[in-house]
Amino acid sequence: MHLADISLVDWSRAQFALTAIYHWLFVPLTLGLSFIIAIMESIYIKTGNEEWKKLTKFWMTIFGINFAIGAATGIILEFEFGTNWSNYSWMVGDIFGAPLAIEGIMAFFLESTFIAIMFFGWSKVGKKTHLLSTWMVAIGSNLSALWILVANAWMNNPVGMVFNPDTARNEMVNFWDVALSPFAINKFLHTITSSYVVAALFVIGVCSWYLLKKRQIVFSKRSMAIAVIFGLLSSLFLAFTGDSSAYQVAQKQPMKLAAMEGLYKGQEGTGLVAFGVLNHKKKAGDNLEEYLFKIEIPKMLSLLSYRDANAFVPGIEDIVYGNWHYNIEPVSKRMERGTQAIISLTKYKDSKEKNDTAAMNSALTEFKQTRSDLGYGYLDKPESIIPNVPLTFYSFHVMVILGFYFILLFVVILYFVLRNTIERKKFLLRLALITIPLGYIASELGWIVAEVGRQPWAIQDILPVSKATSHLSASSVQITFVLFAILFTILLITELRILFKQIKIGPKE
Amino acid sequence: MFETMTLSALQQYWWIIISLLGAILVFLMFVQGGQTLLFQIAKNEEERKLLVNSLGRKWELAFTTLVTFGGAFFASFPLFYSTSFGGAYWIWMFILLGFILQAVSYEFRKKPNNFLGPKVYEIFLFINGLLATVLIGTAVGTFFTGSPFFVDKFNLSSWMVCSHGLEAALNTQNLSLGLAVFFLTRMTGSMFFITAIDHDVINKRSAKQILINGLVFLVFFLMFIGLLLTKNGFAVDPATSKISMEPYKYLHNFLQMPFVFVLFLVGVLLVLFGFIKGAFLKKSNAFWFTVTGVVLTVFSLFLVAGLNNTAFYPSNYDLQSSLTIARASSSHYTLTAMSYVSLLVPFIIAYIWYSWRVLTKKKISVSELEENEHVY
Repeated sequence: MHLADISLVDWSRAQFALTAIYHWLFVPLTLGLSFIIAIMESIYIKTGNEEWKKLTKFWMTIFGINFAIGAATGIILEFEFGTNWSNYSWMVGDIFGAPLAIEGIMAFFLESTFIAIMFFGWSKVGKKTHLLSTWMVAIGSNLSALWILVANAWMNNPVGMVFNPDTARNEMVNFWDVALSPFAINKFLHTITSSYVVAALFVIGVCSWYLLKKRQIVFSKRSMAIAVIFGLLSSLFLAFTGDSSAYQVAQKQPMKLAAMEGLYKGQEGTGLVAFGVLNHKKKAGDNLEEYLFKIEIPKMLSLLSYRDANAFVPGIEDIVYGNWHYNIEPVSKRMERGTQAIISLTKYKDSKEKNDTAAMNSALTEFKQTRSDLGYGYLDKPESIIPNVPLTFYSFHVMVILGFYFILLFVVILYFVLRNTIERKKFLLRLALITIPLGYIASELGWIVAEVGRQPWAIQDILPVSKATSHLSASSVQITFVLFAILFTILLITELRILFKQIKIGPKE
Repeated sequence: MFETMTLSALQQYWWIIISLLGAILVFLMFVQGGQTLLFQIAKNEEERKLLVNSLGRKWELAFTTLVTFGGAFFASFPLFYSTSFGGAYWIWMFILLGFILQAVSYEFRKKPNNFLGPKVYEIFLFINGLLATVLIGTAVGTFFTGSPFFVDKFNLSSWMVCSHGLEAALNTQNLSLGLAVFFLTRMTGSMFFITAIDHDVINKRSAKQILINGLVFLVFFLMFIGLLLTKNGFAVDPATSKISMEPYKYLHNFLQMPFVFVLFLVGVLLVLFGFIKGAFLKKSNAFWFTVTGVVLTVFSLFLVAGLNNTAFYPSNYDLQSSLTIARASSSHYTLTAMSYVSLLVPFIIAYIWYSWRVLTKKKISVSELEENEHVY
């Protein structure tokens, strides 16, 4: 496709996706490794065994390399809400800005202050103060994740706010509804536990390499023992939070759920597709089959989504074209009301400029009747609420399959670690090594499901991405996209080279 | 506590916090200023290692303050965030680009197999030092000179020139502030080296840099202040919210807010005192006098930009599109909620102070670096 053919919206989305995907290559390791390091240092303080200090320092070096590039890619994300999504920044900034600011105040300073003591304070502060600093870094990193995930959860499930026609934006009315919504809690727990799994897989994979090379045997077995317990507990919790996350999606984002399952026609007692190949020619409203092939667990989707094996799960076509039997309104109706809301809001603003109180009140009454569908007024056709189904479907299924594979891998490794024979299991060690990238892939796929599955909405049902961008030329965003793509790729290559070298060098004696 | 405050009081409270964050950011940008001196003060690898490591233990504070400054602006004055960041696209992108380069440079510079070589990372640090100081100064300059944007009745903004922020660098007053910040941070960076590093040659060269950069800073700073005090400013009629040009508006602001004027004067005097102490008496505590002065001066300039019925982010395309703290702010509820979060700030300052103290108790020296395993 020719570059100029792609619109500003698509380039803005591409740039944000690029930055977020690169950023998320580094965040999971930071979140998980920080706790693994803190646990190792705690054992060092408890036992006084210098071997544990060696372990701690080695993984700290790895942490430092990863943290730096995470910070580099992270700074741009925050500011891109303003630079590339300025309409978004105004229309929801009253709510969305708060968690971002709290992240800075509460988490970033904690992280950046104590990281200095963690790295440079070994001989400058007492052992316990140093340990406290290491824990503070872990807590700070995870607090940072908490607030950004609260913000992201709100984009998927906007609560605790009301639209103010005077300022033409959504305004927060209940902070706790935003911060403690079940959607936010699930998102946070699911995302951080997935990060712990990635970090555990990373540590196990690196240690497997050492064991295959017959190097650092004691170091590797100890690191592996910590990581596999941490990883197994995290992955079990991850499965649990995955279930509750999907339940939340079913309640709040039925279109995303339908796309995750490739479900076009809803039914009662819907089965869960364990594995399937989509029919790529399938479009909403035609009579083609949804799948070329599928293995289904009967009634499971209904059970997981609504805790009722016979519940009706709406499909894409039910949501787009309506299904009156189940009280699902067609999108076209909501679009009509959304258009009316925009007209009423414009009338209200015009009347306000003219100080025409009667006209203002009349427009406001009209607006209040339709404001819940305001976002739908910006859509061009009902089908535009359908996200990219194949991308969402395959991302979701590969992520879930990998998630179960990780649990199995952790169980098997733990068994051999406990029997103290892990260094002899060459196949398992090789498998653990090649699983490192799979952890990252699963984690990135999770974000693809969350973000692509929400399209076309920047804020679910409130603000489509097409209305959220800055007023820039597409060429400006193309230039920065290419610039960031080159820069981040160079930095990633650099990071990997440094990381591989440090691993090759190994812990200092 | 905060619930009972009026919206106007909360807006002023948050403008004061933003002003303080901005002031602290300029103070902490001694890191950026120091980065631009790596090639001038250090003449060999050992000296450069000392400079990089002294700054490397502090870089995250400036970085974090910038991120928090952005986040706090977003939460408290979202219309500024959407108008300025979305409009002055290029100036912010160049600033951010510099910070991306900085974030990896310390950690990667001396790591084996680092792909680009140490020299490139040192150049990255120089680029960050140059772009961050000059462009942030230039961008803040537009708080007094205006920018070409339009805000419609739905509060959605458009930048009216395709240079998207780069035009700010063509304005003498903006540029004078940008260059003043650049030379100021080079001066404070040099002072920091004297405070943090135990090395006679570096200290001697740093003192020379304090003198040179301090004098150039004074030229640009006086130029900026001269232009500021004699220019027409963007005044707001509190009754109608209409914006108009008022002769000597910023001078009037100083005179009508004597406390702010005193802060400004004390700040400038402290900077001058620190400059003399550092450049002529070669005292290591010059840094603390100067940065205290920097915080007070920048704080007072931000207050002058936004308080006393002044449009803090004026539009020179459409006067009525100019942003005031009343127009740009978040709702009463959000400002209240955020105000409770702001109560954490003293605790944050306390642990930053503790960390600073324990890490700089002993000056960085060649032997200290040899003892430390984590070296940049």
